[in-house]
Amino acid sequence: MATTLELPGEEFILPGTRTCAGCGLSIAYRYILKALGPKTIVTLPACCLTILHGIYPKTPIAVNAVNNTFASTAASATGLVAGLRARGKNDITIVGMAGDGGTFDMGIQALSGAAERQTDFIYICYDNEAYMNTGVQRSSATPLGAYTTTTPVLTKQQPKKNFLKIMEAHNLSYMATTCSSYPGDLYEKFLKAKNKSGTRFMHVASPCPAGWGYPASDTVRIGRLAVESGVVVLYEVENGELRLTGKSLSIARSGRKKPVDEYLKAQGRFSKMPPELVAEFQKEVDRNWEDILNRAKL
Amino acid sequence: MSETKIITGNETAALAAKLCKVQVIAAYPITPQSKIPETLSSYVESGQLDAEFVRVESEHSAMGVCISASIAGARVFTATSANGLAYMNEQLHWAAGARVPIVMAVANRGLGAPWTILNDMQDTLSQRDTGWMQLYCRNNQEIMDKVILAFKLAERVLVPTMVCFDGFRLSHTVMPVKVPSQKDVDEFLPPFEPVYELDPEKPVNINPVVMTDPLPGPDGELCPSYMGFRRRLQETLEHVLPIYREIGKEFAERFGRDYSDPLYRYMADDAEILFVAQGSVASEATAATDILRERGIKAGVIGLNIFRPFPAEDLAEATNGARVITVFEKGISYGYEGVLCSELKAALFSHNGHRPEVLNFIVGLGGKDLNPQDLVMAIEDVLGETKEGRKIRTPQWLGSGV
Repeated sequence: MATTLELPGEEFILPGTRTCAGCGLSIAYRYILKALGPKTIVTLPACCLTILHGIYPKTPIAVNAVNNTFASTAASATGLVAGLRARGKNDITIVGMAGDGGTFDMGIQALSGAAERQTDFIYICYDNEAYMNTGVQRSSATPLGAYTTTTPVLTKQQPKKNFLKIMEAHNLSYMATTCSSYPGDLYEKFLKAKNKSGTRFMHVASPCPAGWGYPASDTVRIGRLAVESGVVVLYEVENGELRLTGKSLSIARSGRKKPVDEYLKAQGRFSKMPPELVAEFQKEVDRNWEDILNRAKL
Repeated sequence: MSETKIITGNETAALAAKLCKVQVIAAYPITPQSKIPETLSSYVESGQLDAEFVRVESEHSAMGVCISASIAGARVFTATSANGLAYMNEQLHWAAGARVPIVMAVANRGLGAPWTILNDMQDTLSQRDTGWMQLYCRNNQEIMDKVILAFKLAERVLVPTMVCFDGFRLSHTVMPVKVPSQKDVDEFLPPFEPVYELDPEKPVNINPVVMTDPLPGPDGELCPSYMGFRRRLQETLEHVLPIYREIGKEFAERFGRDYSDPLYRYMADDAEILFVAQGSVASEATAATDILRERGIKAGVIGLNIFRPFPAEDLAEATNGARVITVFEKGISYGYEGVLCSELKAALFSHNGHRPEVLNFIVGLGGKDLNPQDLVMAIEDVLGETKEGRKIRTPQWLGSGV
């Protein structure tokens, strides 16, 4: 796997972004664009990525971007694909990119429709596990036991939606999970996605210091803890075959998966979790981990 | 050279889109417009039309696809009705703000609840304030002609445009339609030339967050604020009617049918009592006028070819001689009165101060049949009432039963 020093030097995020300090999305997006290159059009709804793309008339992003309404990222991507194809332009990578709210919740209809039609584009969900741009409200991607501004007293009582299973049911040409703390894993998966056709779905775990309650300097550490404890599993699915990658593969081989305690304790959003909810969280993570190991035939 | 075909309104709309050589179509089924995407997908699959047809999973996505396909530089067409149009609402505002020249056929249908699949105009009237232009059709020939006109107009001023026609009454009724030759349409409507390209060498951020005050661009020049962008949309629409007339004249010279007047007028010059209506109601009013004239009543009709931008000045001038104006509408702004009635009154107030008796009739909701005889009876009642000096203040519901 490529180290960060070996990745292309060309930058598509120029200085002057407006995201919060320590934003996991910003780190991920930097490497995503390095992999996809300048012949990319990104379409995006109103979300943290909109903030990253800046305020008119300036933008720090050096690829074309088309903003759209919240529920229609995949529809907008479909329109770009259709419009460019109708005009004989076939050398541009179309990307629809939205957060977990714009994907797991409101964007699911358009995404499912576009994926079923096998629309030729890459869909990226950067998952920071709540509506961060509007002030940390609960989404269906919010994990069990997390404090949000709309689960302020009891915390979230339901586990995170298993959206990856829903996307897998669409029989995609390629889908992968990755995390902003592993640029090499992320870069290689996006390079692979770029060179495939049909609908490709990329899930990018993106820690958020403002919403998760940890110091801005800890974003990389939190993402690593998520992977080391199996809360986030790095894998890819091609032709129905699931393959573990990077850190998740080495954890599977070594059997050294951390308990979730360290990951949970490092974040303010989990500070209200009673021990029985922590145990339930651990059980859910273990079940998912076993399920993936079985799928990966490990 | 044109040929005459006996076809439904829906088939007419699809054929018109084909003649306009649309490049991307995204549509979702809803009665009564479903035959439009069915016909277009058949054109595309059989190779008669070289276009991308996207069979979307909702109307919200249909308009989402249309907006971005237009941003990518394609000529784009869609069609919907009623709740489908309502489901698009957010996207309609977005399309107008994004200045994409999409043309959409709307087979007018009533909105639930309770359900109706039949015709009225509540669907498009409710989208009056989205920034779209709206053309209304009296018959199938007008559907053919106004789809072609709509593309020419929309692409000239970069404002999306609805071509509205009565569901079932026109969408499912066969009528003779003169179909222009492809050559004539090609000459009238050359290929769409987008004003910009999404060029990787010159990346842009389209429709981003815009602040309340103008901010300087990289060269130091101030760029529009949110209000600045929105004011430009209004300014464009304020200047559309002369362009509409000019395009209408060009259309008349080439195709022999003249829509350059924003109004349809029938025996309106010397009329003492006027019907004001849109769509097929204007056709019914034309027949009613003939009956009334036979009975010695000087009736006449003003119909609207274009409802947005609103031809207020033309309307005030055209109704100047009438003693009584009756506005027949298949829709209402609940809690007040018919939208066209309110707007007509405002036009008279602003433009010439003429104060005729203006009466509002709500008709034909949810497909309730309306025939010329109903209109004749309503007018005879009105003339009796106004002679007695009794003023009718609230809209009268015609034929609503219990």
